[in-house]
Amino acid sequence: MQAKIINTGSYVPNKIVSNKDLETIMDTSDEWIKTRTGIENRRISETENTSVLCGKAALDILEKSTITADKVDLIIVATMSPDYLSPSTACLVQDYIGASKSMAFDVSAACSGFIYALSVAEKMLSSGKFHYALVLGGEVMSKIVDWDDRGTAVLFGDGAGGVLLESTSSQGSFIAEDIHSDGSRGLALTTGALPVSNPYSQNEKNSSDIHLKMEGRAIFDFAIRSVPNSIKAVVETAGIDLSDIERIIPHQANSRIIQAIAKKLKRPFEQFALNISDYGNTSAASIPILLDELVSSGDLVLGTGKKIILTGFGGGLTWGSILIRI
Amino acid sequence: MTFEKIQAIIVDQLDKEEEEVQLTTNFREDLEADSLDLFQIINDIEDEFDIKIESEEGLNTVQDIVTFVEVELAKK
Repeated sequence: MQAKIINTGSYVPNKIVSNKDLETIMDTSDEWIKTRTGIENRRISETENTSVLCGKAALDILEKSTITADKVDLIIVATMSPDYLSPSTACLVQDYIGASKSMAFDVSAACSGFIYALSVAEKMLSSGKFHYALVLGGEVMSKIVDWDDRGTAVLFGDGAGGVLLESTSSQGSFIAEDIHSDGSRGLALTTGALPVSNPYSQNEKNSSDIHLKMEGRAIFDFAIRSVPNSIKAVVETAGIDLSDIERIIPHQANSRIIQAIAKKLKRPFEQFALNISDYGNTSAASIPILLDELVSSGDLVLGTGKKIILTGFGGGLTWGSILIRI
Repeated sequence: MTFEKIQAIIVDQLDKEEEEVQLTTNFREDLEADSLDLFQIINDIEDEFDIKIESEEGLNTVQDIVTFVEVELAKK
């Protein structure tokens, strides 16, 4: 059996926060943010938590398909900003959409989460034991960023997106993948530290810190070295050329990183899809939101067999690319 | 030779002419480069010379980088 992407969907909170809006609450500027990141606006959740964003994205996907929630037997959510450590966000989504027959769990791979979740779902569907999988990436980054740190607070946004996969005996969507982790550099990007704390522990009490911390240059360096190699690896595995790829859909971390990746690959920047100006960095949600936007606008048409690459990179460190026939 | 290689990297990364990139050229003041431009230049220099530049602090002019690279190469 093979796994095939049959629908896409997304949901973002209504509230739009512009760079100008941020100027009123912190010492930053529209010009600084735009030139260094490409970001102009981001969506910020006022009430909806990650499971609700993911649940609404899942409903958006199902509404576009003939598959009902009771047919879904696998839900995987990629997130670094779950509602709870337990229950998993995927279990909350299962309840939200009424997919009572599904196995549901979260994947933790930060901004690469959607790539990881898609890879896991593809293997599970290929086994023939699962039939329909919802693979979602969703984040409420606004609850984990440090709003007193202007270096990171301006970068992130909230949202969710995903795809519906079907197990099929005919040709699937997945052609090649190249996925990596490097825990030795993990502390370059952290969030939600939970140190040992109990009546017997030696540590300072209540020293947990939810806030996202990032070493900017280390992450920039990591991204522009690792991502081009990963993209090259999937096209080599598939035995094709980068010019055969319709669009490359990169994690939307920073448009300057994407420009640098394009330059390293000696490919035109236009081959890389971009919507960071509207949403900022939505971590695990950025790739599926962008994919859904391209499908909804007609830029990409499911079923045409055109080849695209999804590529993610982020905390863990984690990174990876998947070459897909849409 | 070190200067020419570094000059070529800077010209390529910042879309400048060779004449604009001299030893006394200051990245921020003369070339209007920001921190991300500098990260990219350092990244390319690390690859070109197979060295590690741990911090960009103190690297303000082309001469600063040439000197740093020559010291690193001498350690090899």
